[in-house]
Amino acid sequence: MKALTIISYQWKDLFRDKWLIGYALIYLVLTDALIRFGGGGPKALMSLSNIMLLFVPLVSLIYGVIYLYQSREFVELLLAQPLDRKSLFAGLYGGLAIPLCLAFVVGAGLPVFYSGAWVQAGWETIFTVFGLGIALSLIFVAIGYLFGLKYFHERVKGFGYALLSWLFLAVLYDGLILLVVSTFSEYPLEKAMIALSIINPIDLARIGVLLNFDISALMGYTGAVFSRFFGSYLGLLVSIGFLMLWVAIPTWQGLRLFDKKDF
Amino acid sequence: MINIQGLSKKFGSLQVLNDLTLNIPSGQATGIVGPNGSGKTTLIKHLLGLVKPDEGSIEINGVHLNGSYEYRKDIGYMPQMAQYPENMKVRELIDFIIKIRGEEPVYESELIELFELGKEMQKPLRTLSGGTKQKVGGLVALMFDPSILILDEPTAGLDPKSSFRFKQWIKREKDRGKTILLTTHIMSEIEELADYLVLLVEGKVRYHGKQSEFILDNEEQRLEGAVAKILEETAA
Repeated sequence: MKALTIISYQWKDLFRDKWLIGYALIYLVLTDALIRFGGGGPKALMSLSNIMLLFVPLVSLIYGVIYLYQSREFVELLLAQPLDRKSLFAGLYGGLAIPLCLAFVVGAGLPVFYSGAWVQAGWETIFTVFGLGIALSLIFVAIGYLFGLKYFHERVKGFGYALLSWLFLAVLYDGLILLVVSTFSEYPLEKAMIALSIINPIDLARIGVLLNFDISALMGYTGAVFSRFFGSYLGLLVSIGFLMLWVAIPTWQGLRLFDKKDF
Repeated sequence: MINIQGLSKKFGSLQVLNDLTLNIPSGQATGIVGPNGSGKTTLIKHLLGLVKPDEGSIEINGVHLNGSYEYRKDIGYMPQMAQYPENMKVRELIDFIIKIRGEEPVYESELIELFELGKEMQKPLRTLSGGTKQKVGGLVALMFDPSILILDEPTAGLDPKSSFRFKQWIKREKDRGKTILLTTHIMSEIEELADYLVLLVEGKVRYHGKQSEFILDNEEQRLEGAVAKILEETAA
């Protein structure tokens, strides 16, 4: 119950924040422009997905780290009250992750609905794109909190590691996979590739998007392997299942760290 | 009653508290003093459960602080530098703390008047000056009438009038039998508010006893001189 109290007050605080409104507005303008000039429903959602795969993790990660640092003294004050650490962590996490999810869903969702793009795209595509955006927000806020907690008294380090992890997962990772593939091209690599894509949540989300849009030409190596190994439908379910694990593991790790932390 | 037994804490290679044992009976006002880095804030953080000990145990009003948190209902804490969510209004913060503690405040209106916070209640916390934020911290710490008050540099940033009024309030609480722990670098404040003194040096208790006896034993007129004398002796 106390976690819900914290969440409700955090929301009140965050929804007055210009940054959060700005974040939602960026999606609104982007999605509107993609629908107007990008060739209608499915194509616009495909383009939105590509932007989402880079932008949602970056913003969630950075916001997670910064928010924790900004709340440091307030967290200490709350911990001095008769309040257990688990409730406080749940409140802090839900208080940031849910508004970020909402900002994405409302910002990107409004143009999809008022333009009628959802009719062409279909519910399955809408749920996949927005579901993956929500999952990425939840995952990367949790990872941001992990870095923030790990380097609670070393802000530059926490911020730096968060940025590096985004750069690695969003940009460098696919290049490394290609390097592995070209180096070991003589060997059967399918299972290894599936394992490698599972350990990167952005790759998993990308595979989810591509499997949904069924565009094998754009699937990339891991997407193609996923599609061949599982088929489109099962592949999508597997990627969603592992994304849920990706939400659970860093959140649980963050809770453990928060519980043991010296503030 | 605050009972601390063999408390040790290291941050990395730095031994901040070193086998510290201390008994603070109920109803006393105790000033905790010491040079920077002597372990005052770490000791307070241990009492609040913000920091977990490497070794040793703490008992407050008969409750072992082994991951428990309900004991903090008995504590009012005023931090050194109060920082709050920027967009939250003062009124919202007070309501929030009331909900978190799950108890009704006893002195809310009196303290709002004492600190002249009436006009500030609907303002976002980011717009308040440091001193006004400190007053809000005082309001949060004192309004529930807890039996233990932990005050970390409480008058830092307060204007003379608010500082005077605040100290009057603390004296009244002392007379009402509250246990008060106070850290400050302003020795005159310790002289004014505390009967007992804990002098921490390098994470150990160098002195614990009556403040008046400490001054007399060191053949000084004022607490500041006595503390300085001990610290110079220790450094030598």
